[in-house]
Amino acid sequence: MRRYKVKTTSPRSFWQVKHVNIKEKIGSNQAEGEETLESDAMIEVRDLTKKFNGFTAVDHVTFDVKNSEVFGLLGPNGAGKTTIIRMLSTLTRPTEGTARIGGYDIVKQDNKVRQLIGLVSEKMIMYDRLTAEENLRFFGKLYNIPKNLLNQRTDELLELVQLSKWKNSKVGTFSTGMRQRMNVIRALLNMPKVLFLDEPTLGLDPQSTVEVREFIKKINKENKTTIILTTHMMNEADRLCDRIGIIDHGKIDTLDTSTNLKKLVSGDDATVLKLEIPNLTKKMVTAIQALDCIKSVSQENASHLKIHATGDEAFDTIIDAVRAEKAKINSVENLQPTLEDVFLHITGREVRDKADNKIPMREHGPSRPKRRIR
Amino acid sequence: MGAKTMISHSFRIAWKDLMELFRNRMGLVLLILMPIFMMTMVGFIYTDATIQNVPVALVNEDTGFNNYIASSTFIIALESINDNTGMMKFTNASNLADVREMIQAGDVEGGIIISSDFTSDIMNGKQGTITIVTDQSNPQMSVQLEVILQKVFEEMGTMLAQQNVADQLGIDPSNALAVVKPYNVQSTGTTEGEPNPFDFIAPGIMAMTVMMSVMTGLPAAISQEREVGTLDGMMVAPINRLAVILGKTLAQMARGILQGVLILVLAVTLFSVTVHGSILLVFVLLLLGVFSFVGLGVVLTSFAKDQETAVMMMTTIMFPMMFLSGVFFPIEQMPWFMQSISKVLPLTYVADALRKVMVLGADIPAITTELSILIVFGVVMTTIAVPVFKRAMTR
Repeated sequence: MRRYKVKTTSPRSFWQVKHVNIKEKIGSNQAEGEETLESDAMIEVRDLTKKFNGFTAVDHVTFDVKNSEVFGLLGPNGAGKTTIIRMLSTLTRPTEGTARIGGYDIVKQDNKVRQLIGLVSEKMIMYDRLTAEENLRFFGKLYNIPKNLLNQRTDELLELVQLSKWKNSKVGTFSTGMRQRMNVIRALLNMPKVLFLDEPTLGLDPQSTVEVREFIKKINKENKTTIILTTHMMNEADRLCDRIGIIDHGKIDTLDTSTNLKKLVSGDDATVLKLEIPNLTKKMVTAIQALDCIKSVSQENASHLKIHATGDEAFDTIIDAVRAEKAKINSVENLQPTLEDVFLHITGREVRDKADNKIPMREHGPSRPKRRIR
Repeated sequence: MGAKTMISHSFRIAWKDLMELFRNRMGLVLLILMPIFMMTMVGFIYTDATIQNVPVALVNEDTGFNNYIASSTFIIALESINDNTGMMKFTNASNLADVREMIQAGDVEGGIIISSDFTSDIMNGKQGTITIVTDQSNPQMSVQLEVILQKVFEEMGTMLAQQNVADQLGIDPSNALAVVKPYNVQSTGTTEGEPNPFDFIAPGIMAMTVMMSVMTGLPAAISQEREVGTLDGMMVAPINRLAVILGKTLAQMARGILQGVLILVLAVTLFSVTVHGSILLVFVLLLLGVFSFVGLGVVLTSFAKDQETAVMMMTTIMFPMMFLSGVFFPIEQMPWFMQSISKVLPLTYVADALRKVMVLGADIPAITTELSILIVFGVVMTTIAVPVFKRAMTR
């Protein structure tokens, strides 16, 4: 049973209106990079390290991302996700180590790399005083896209995210959801082989979040675009990523598919139960903890218990034990392990960030918070 | 990556920046108002330096000699001169104490005291004494008043002497003047027209505004984009990093030149400044001034972490520079250590060369020193700035 139910199809789902095949155009634009893309690994990261004034933000990270894979970097804020993205997208120079994208070195062949990549940054890369169309044309020109092709692509991309109607409106007047859609299509102007998404759904309402996620999936499916995304939201990583690297304190602790990661916690015969007992007492908890099959017990609030156990008999044993303590059982849920459990299991703590839904503030004026360490 | 692509990218960036600028109504209004304020303020302060209707106390203590009072004629002559110029307004007072009170009350700016022995001294072949009383709380006015009165009395003395000499020697009064004042001193400039104090100030303000515009605008523009995050959008594109500085500089330059032109127009229309040299050369000098300064702006941008710091850094540098570069006050009036500082500031040379071209109608040969200093300055600063900027961008 899932704890979250997220609609995967929305009636307003904008990218389902028209299928534009972006893939066809990639070949003509980036033929020169083609032969290097044959190998399985699109991105090879080797011992990548970044230090800021003695503070190690990213600590000897090594991983590969396969061609047309969706790869997730999951971790709390300040874990080093954004720094990894910034290094891979040539915005920050690594202190140590190397990485190759499509066979090109991110430091020595940075301009080759830049041709291949698109970046959706945590901050909106958009000029508020320019219109949607002007913004896209400006960035498109920086990629030397010929005028006719650029105009055509701008129209297609705006159509793709249903912003054609507002193409002559200033981006400053857009809602957060519209802005984020603009932010994503801006990164697609050069038809990138690799797309970096840094917290793509941060600060969006549930509807926009679903829409952006579906769009990411679609880009990956239709254009075979390799995608690296960072997130601190478990269900996002679970939903989108083929493989997930769990990162904490600048290091990748574990890297595997979502399913395999969950097996890490559960094993095959695992049971995760959620019990609602209105008359819950300390004695009951102790009694459960004393059972042989129990791996862990956590009390979520005054009446809810979450129990990890192993063995075929676990369910019955636990229920019998609490009944013996005269517990009233209001409800029982048999839960599948979530990535949250995986994270807890691996790092030994919950994702420490509590500001999941905080809308990123535009930094203005004297009361600006201190710049965070990336 | 050819130079041509880089230039075309920098034009795109400049176009984008100007577009943002022109869509910002408030900013645009301020952009135009700033030079207008600057010009009118400074302009009127400088051109209105002449004294008009200054209240002056007049004390006549002259007791006369043999029923003849020479001071009466003296006062009549003084008043008739003043009627022509309108510089002073006389109020009668009885003695020095009275004058002191009036100065303290702010009723008068100064006083003239004709001594009690005035007539008798003159009649006995001595000099008649006139005392000028000044207001020490207003040194500037005191000095001006004193200079004017000295000049007036000198003139009156000369006229009297001229008449006496003519009477005694029995010669023509015009020949008598040559006896009393053998030298006729005249002054003239090298260009036509009256010397206008604004001729000094206008070129300086023009140079200052243009360079200030670039110097404060550049770090502010780049660090602002860095903070908002849009700089990443440019940096992640396969463009030369230099195109970003170049584009930003072009946009700021266009902004600065626009303000410069406004100042020039105001100077010519409102303050009757005449441009004697070539306008083209004026713009070349302004561009060269910007070039010599861009490097400094870029270096500061690279060090500034955010917009606030960048603006503060620029203000700290701008203010001393404004005063040390001889924009408002001639460098020659400064103490030696300030003079040596002003010699290493490019603004000094831009303002100086601009003055030569605009006021004196100088041509390129006359300003080669300034031109070469500016070019050297620009090349050195740019050579330092480019690697620093490139490093800072991939921190």
